[in-house]
Amino acid sequence: MSVIATAELVTNGIGRRVPTLVNGREQTPYAGVDGHSPVGNKYGPPIRTNSDYPRNGDKRAPDLETALRLCGLRDGMTISSHHHLRNGDRVALTALETAARMGAKDLMWFPSASFPCHEPVIDLMKSGAVHHIEGSMNGPLGDFCSHGNMRGMGVLRSHGGRWQAVQDGEVHIDIAVIAAPTADFFGNADGAHGKSACGSLGFALTDSVYADRVIVVTDNLVPFPCIPWQIQGNDVDYVVEVESIGDPSKIVSGTTQITRSPDRLRISELVARFLRDSGIMRNGFSFQAGAGGVALAFVDYLARMMKEAGVKASFVRGGSTKYLVDMLKEGLTGYILDGQTFDLDAVQSIATDPRHVPTSPFTSYNFHGKGNFASIVDACVLGATEVDVNFNANVVTHSDGRLLHGIGGWQNCLFAGCTILAVPSFRDRIPVIVDEVTTLTGPGELIDVIATERGIAINPKRRDLLDAVKGKGLPIRSIEEIKAEVERICGGKPAKPKLGDRPVAVVKWVDGTVLDTVWQVLEDNPYSAKVAGGE
Amino acid sequence: MPAAAEASQLHRGEAGRAGGDVRSDVRVTVEERRSGGIELDLHSRVALYYGENIRQQVLDAVHELGVEHAHLAIVDEGALPFVIGARVEAALKRAGLGGNTAALPDPIPLPSASARDRLRRSRLYLPGNEPKYFINAGLHAPDAVILDLEDSVHHAEKDAARLLVRNALRAVDFGAAERMVRINQLPLGITDLEEIVPQSPDLILIPKVETATQVAEVDAAITRIAQQFGVTRPVWLMPILESALGIENAFAIATASDRIAALTIGLEDYTADLGVVKTSTGAESLYARQRVVNAAHAAHVQAIDSVYGDVADMDGLQRWGEASRAMGFEGMGCIHPMQIEVIHHAFAPSSSELEKALNIVAAFEEAQARGLGVVSLGSKMVDAPVVNRAVKLVARAKQMGLIPTSDGGQP
Repeated sequence: MSVIATAELVTNGIGRRVPTLVNGREQTPYAGVDGHSPVGNKYGPPIRTNSDYPRNGDKRAPDLETALRLCGLRDGMTISSHHHLRNGDRVALTALETAARMGAKDLMWFPSASFPCHEPVIDLMKSGAVHHIEGSMNGPLGDFCSHGNMRGMGVLRSHGGRWQAVQDGEVHIDIAVIAAPTADFFGNADGAHGKSACGSLGFALTDSVYADRVIVVTDNLVPFPCIPWQIQGNDVDYVVEVESIGDPSKIVSGTTQITRSPDRLRISELVARFLRDSGIMRNGFSFQAGAGGVALAFVDYLARMMKEAGVKASFVRGGSTKYLVDMLKEGLTGYILDGQTFDLDAVQSIATDPRHVPTSPFTSYNFHGKGNFASIVDACVLGATEVDVNFNANVVTHSDGRLLHGIGGWQNCLFAGCTILAVPSFRDRIPVIVDEVTTLTGPGELIDVIATERGIAINPKRRDLLDAVKGKGLPIRSIEEIKAEVERICGGKPAKPKLGDRPVAVVKWVDGTVLDTVWQVLEDNPYSAKVAGGE
Repeated sequence: MPAAAEASQLHRGEAGRAGGDVRSDVRVTVEERRSGGIELDLHSRVALYYGENIRQQVLDAVHELGVEHAHLAIVDEGALPFVIGARVEAALKRAGLGGNTAALPDPIPLPSASARDRLRRSRLYLPGNEPKYFINAGLHAPDAVILDLEDSVHHAEKDAARLLVRNALRAVDFGAAERMVRINQLPLGITDLEEIVPQSPDLILIPKVETATQVAEVDAAITRIAQQFGVTRPVWLMPILESALGIENAFAIATASDRIAALTIGLEDYTADLGVVKTSTGAESLYARQRVVNAAHAAHVQAIDSVYGDVADMDGLQRWGEASRAMGFEGMGCIHPMQIEVIHHAFAPSSSELEKALNIVAAFEEAQARGLGVVSLGSKMVDAPVVNRAVKLVARAKQMGLIPTSDGGQP
């Protein structure tokens, strides 16, 4: 509590007020996209010796409690988990609940992302077992934090930023608990096989490399060697076999569905046409799109246009789905470089097709490395909850300031050659294009195009793109013009919700500096507002 | 206040939908009061952003409708202002309040008036009581939108839909689309016209027409209301033939009013009338559709086809549209925006057709310039009807944007 109360605020390099101290750690305010030059060496985990591990390689512990005890669980430790099992995950919560039952207090939970299935962590925070969460928070967890009920401050990082924070020693993981759909007794682990298969295990890689202690939890123990081994047994301390690591029906979706909303389909088609007509869609190009309804429809449109034009991509970046897998099978792309694997077709593909390659946030996203894939990609299609007239965007909070979802790979993807945000111009009656975003998650200088159902706005900095699509029949408009039209439809500018003056979370930039602050939400239930009567 | 009125019951009215998965609508519940002014209980998913705006709009509307004492409970799911206005008015009127007054939204500029023979390849049906579909309908660029008050509106919601459609005609930008309204069967259709015609719709679809008299009745009502409200723009008519009797009277119906711009057919009702199954090839309605085409051309109005009901089957839609064009129809209805582009493609002349027509027109113009009575192309003489057809086809292709225009328009 005292940490928050004494936090000093400074104005960072993009004009946002940010705390200088977060959860007891000194912070560097954001100083521009490339404004922060790190010095020093990477964090090094402790040296271990073979002498302390069984010569026969069998690192099995009878249960998670034993493994946690052997890892030296104590108060105040940081426990990490990954989110490849998505909303079907049983391991992260079980690990935290087991630690709580063992009497541990004030733990920091460091997930690569949280899901609705992790809601019971609220009880662990109330009981004191968990002190705070550094990782994405949404739904009830997000509300808990937004209302200022968490003892520490939330820290929202991109996937690449999470690797950077661990690698740079900003976050020290005491115990990593890695759910593995397949593993051997030595700790080699793979995500693409087994009854709880989830595809890539890339998000767990940083934890396996840098954590003091690593526990692999599996429901599919295979004889040594587990091939392929995305997680290497040489990094693993203990292996725990359990009945089930998760609910397969919630780990992957059976079939990912393209949106049927005509407005969303229109946005998707406009984005695909933009890539075609701007000349970005050409032989050997590359792109990335997520697994949302708009992104899937975009991939479908783009694949058709590529076929028509006889164009092939050199690689595409996943989040992979059936739609990318179909492109791979049809020869429309040479490779899928996959960060996470969303549906059954994609899990099947990554398990069998050597051109469908699992990647990690290190190779794809880490800003403190010697380059990464994200900036090699020609075009990236992303979403946002708000964008402003300076092309700044928000993905982490609602317009009312409540935490909505994590950053994911979103910030990292902004480094693509052409970053396109595909968004409706308003949702219900709430404008998406605003004067200033509520929470800054991505600086406008990296955002090139905003595609809405009412037209496409190109960042004036991208003269080249403006020229490339001139006379191609696309509805190119200025962002101000679209905003004005939306405000006309919605009946004027929306009122700006009043937020508290207490920071409840910070948004990190990819280099570990503080980009913006998430402020405490004051209204209890924004759905309902009693308004006094007439004159 | 007289004792009788004092003793009478206070009225209540409700309009609009809220809760569950409802979006972009608002439920307004009005309770009449004897005193105490206007009391407002507002729940809105956008309260933080537009709470005060909504409050002010509701109070203004209530004031405009001359109501002094009432309790209004409002549950808003992000309805746009034109929807809120329509629902408040509908709820007040259902409570017997507001008399003959209206609370109209500010009008946006009207698009240019509609020409009798404009392109009508696609007309997108919008259920008249579902406001969420209105606002973006024009973005999908159909040749027309149809705000439907008939089959897509439950009989208990006709009054509310009428006000919503009226407000949409004033406040919603449908882009370049022709603004059509399908009214109910008479006599309810006349009540619809009282609200709709003052807002200058471009075209009225009359459902289930069987006789010329029905058309004449609608024509007379439009003329009367247009005069009363000073509506000077044309309001065209498109009768829908949906029964065996309607088909038999096709020509009489097509010539029943100068306002008629097109004649169309409703296949669901027509096949039901015949007691046959509607198929994707349409053999059962071939005669009726041919009859509509013939009657329409005899009356010098457009022949427009029905809708294709399977929104997932784009290939079937394409085939249907091409066959429809080959029969002499100039367009058809759409029940999903994704059908629009397929239909426009189906009703466009093929490139070889177009090339041939352009050559004929060029030969015709050359002959005209040289004062020749006979048009010839290569070694062949071209007959006058062939020239006429080519001229028409080229004119249509220009409207469809298939031929680059001299002002630099896109091909």
